[in-house]
Amino acid sequence: MGQNILEIVDLVKKYDGETILNGLNLQIRKGEVVVVLGPSGCGKSTLLRCMNALESIQGGQILLEGMRVEKNAKNITLIRQKIGMVFQSYELFPHKTILENITLAPLHVQKRSQSQVQEEACTLLKRVGLSGKENAYPRQLSGGQKQRVAIVRALCMHPEIMLFDEVTAALDPEMVREVLDVILELANEGMTMVIVTHEMQFARAVADRVVFLEGGRIVEESDPETFFTHPSSDRAKAFLQTFEFHKERQNHAEKQST
Amino acid sequence: MQDLGISILFRGSNFIRLLGGLWVTVRISLLAAGLSVPLGILFGLFLNIRNPVTKVIGRIYLDFIRIMPQLVLLFIVFFGATRAFGWNLSNELSAVLVFTLWGTAEMGDLVRGALISIPKQQYESAQALGFDTLQTYRFIIIPQTLRRLIPLTINLVTRMIKTTSLVVLIGIVEMMKVGQQIIDANRFEYPTAALWIYGVIFLLYFFTCWPISRFAKWLERKWN
Amino acid sequence: MRTYAPMYVEAALLTLRIGTTGILLSVAVGIICSGVLYNRVPVLKGIVSAYVELSRNTPLLVQLFFLYFGLPKIGIRLSGQMCGVIGLTFLGGSYMTEAFRSSLEAVEKIQYESAMSLGMNSVQVFRYVIFPQALATAVPSVIANVVFLLKETSVFSGIALADLMYVAKDLIGLYYQTGEALLMLVIAYLVILLPVSLLGSVLERRLRYAGFGN
Repeated sequence: MGQNILEIVDLVKKYDGETILNGLNLQIRKGEVVVVLGPSGCGKSTLLRCMNALESIQGGQILLEGMRVEKNAKNITLIRQKIGMVFQSYELFPHKTILENITLAPLHVQKRSQSQVQEEACTLLKRVGLSGKENAYPRQLSGGQKQRVAIVRALCMHPEIMLFDEVTAALDPEMVREVLDVILELANEGMTMVIVTHEMQFARAVADRVVFLEGGRIVEESDPETFFTHPSSDRAKAFLQTFEFHKERQNHAEKQST
Repeated sequence: MQDLGISILFRGSNFIRLLGGLWVTVRISLLAAGLSVPLGILFGLFLNIRNPVTKVIGRIYLDFIRIMPQLVLLFIVFFGATRAFGWNLSNELSAVLVFTLWGTAEMGDLVRGALISIPKQQYESAQALGFDTLQTYRFIIIPQTLRRLIPLTINLVTRMIKTTSLVVLIGIVEMMKVGQQIIDANRFEYPTAALWIYGVIFLLYFFTCWPISRFAKWLERKWN
Repeated sequence: MRTYAPMYVEAALLTLRIGTTGILLSVAVGIICSGVLYNRVPVLKGIVSAYVELSRNTPLLVQLFFLYFGLPKIGIRLSGQMCGVIGLTFLGGSYMTEAFRSSLEAVEKIQYESAMSLGMNSVQVFRYVIFPQALATAVPSVIANVVFLLKETSVFSGIALADLMYVAKDLIGLYYQTGEALLMLVIAYLVILLPVSLLGSVLERRLRYAGFGN
């Protein structure tokens, strides 16, 4: 794995006087897949949104290849082109076809040639199993399909790093897999990624490194095997136990029904 | 430069006379609004009846009234009623009649809209809890409907005040007419009177309607 | 009746001419002003809000009287038709602004963010993502405003424009043709307004059922 591509130094984010991120430090190396875990309200999503300058920050800095990622920076649109982001609620543009959704920014922001962009979009759609949907509208697609389009849309900008913000949280269970498979494939190709998710098994499979966040700080940071089998902090243990607990209840219910 | 035209306002009782004119419009609006609200609620319930005949009747009334400019309605009642039925309606009575007919239609549509905007599940969950129809309306539906309805009703009142400015065109002596009289009477002494008088009338309308619309907006925000 | 018909046709054309000009200008004013409000352009934002309040809380007839009788006293002399167009635009601009503004605000904020995350600048976001979505949802209220503004043209007779009301009043006052005059008046307005109003309800239904979804 290469050198650091993204560096977060002493990041502070406050919202309405409440401190969401409190002096957070994180480095991400080129080609690395970092999964951010933590209880709800710990600031995971906010961290991701800060990385794409969708939030203003109150302290510290975020550097992408040495350039400051900041909401009011002059070159922010240039920086955002290097950062792909996928949202929980897909956020395809409802008034554009699938193909237009994907090519809109490459054409108007990057001013690339139409034929080249369209060709790339079609290739990418084929890769995620959505050939033939080019002229459909988002409303005609299932949630899982929409999310795959959203990933393609971000990929088509040739980002240096991809951010995934709970991208399967809004999906019906049977559609989760098709989206996660696409992300796993990207990981295998060496894409740098930061992933916020609640899918623990997926996190374990995809991550090079797990970062556990609580109270606006990184509480624990390790490789996935260590994190899931021998977490060192009590908070991480407690967090992982909440998932165990659910399992026990399920077993209990099964026992009762038989 | 001529004498400052605005001083015409403070000559004699000019300003008071203008306010008196404003009161004529406001009085017509309030009277019509007062009649329209209860009639409109009834009309709104009428519109919600699931019966093809009442539906058609309701729609025709609603669409005709809404599509005709209010001035046309005024002409129809003021000039037409005299001719058709031999009624000799005073212009003020015609105005109240027309604005009530119009207000009832608008209010009815607001009530209909508010009623259908309550999701079906609200009725169902009330029934699931064992409420009967009357109780469902009394405890669940009407309180929710009112919150949507009251700001819209207040807005209807400001629309009515603005629209009653039309009554000058059927010869009612309201603010515009009083303004014209003042301008005519002072044609030589205050040649720029028209500018000031109409400017002030413009502002008087604004300061009558604006607080009411603000209040409606405030209620809307508070209840959302 | 036949003898008066041409007068009505002529008057209706005048109403339509002033009406369309005023409405097109209103839409333009509405788009610009709603853009200002949505993007919170400093200073301009305050001016636009003041304009919207002023325009929405005063009657067109009063606005016209001020333009037509008031302004000449300080040397600004406008023809009746000109006053009609300006008055209608002043009134309609604020209604169109409100129609576009509420549709703009109905576009979810995260759409804005997802466009930003693709590297668009705020002008591109507005042009390619927010405005086209808002435009579609604004159609029903824009058409309702068109009907409203066409109705409002009926007060033009107040500043001596020979519109439909003016002709009707003439026939009643000079020739005592009350019944015919009123009937023709109603027919004329129905011919103008019914198609627009029907178009509005058809479009509204189509938009409601075939909306973009998400």
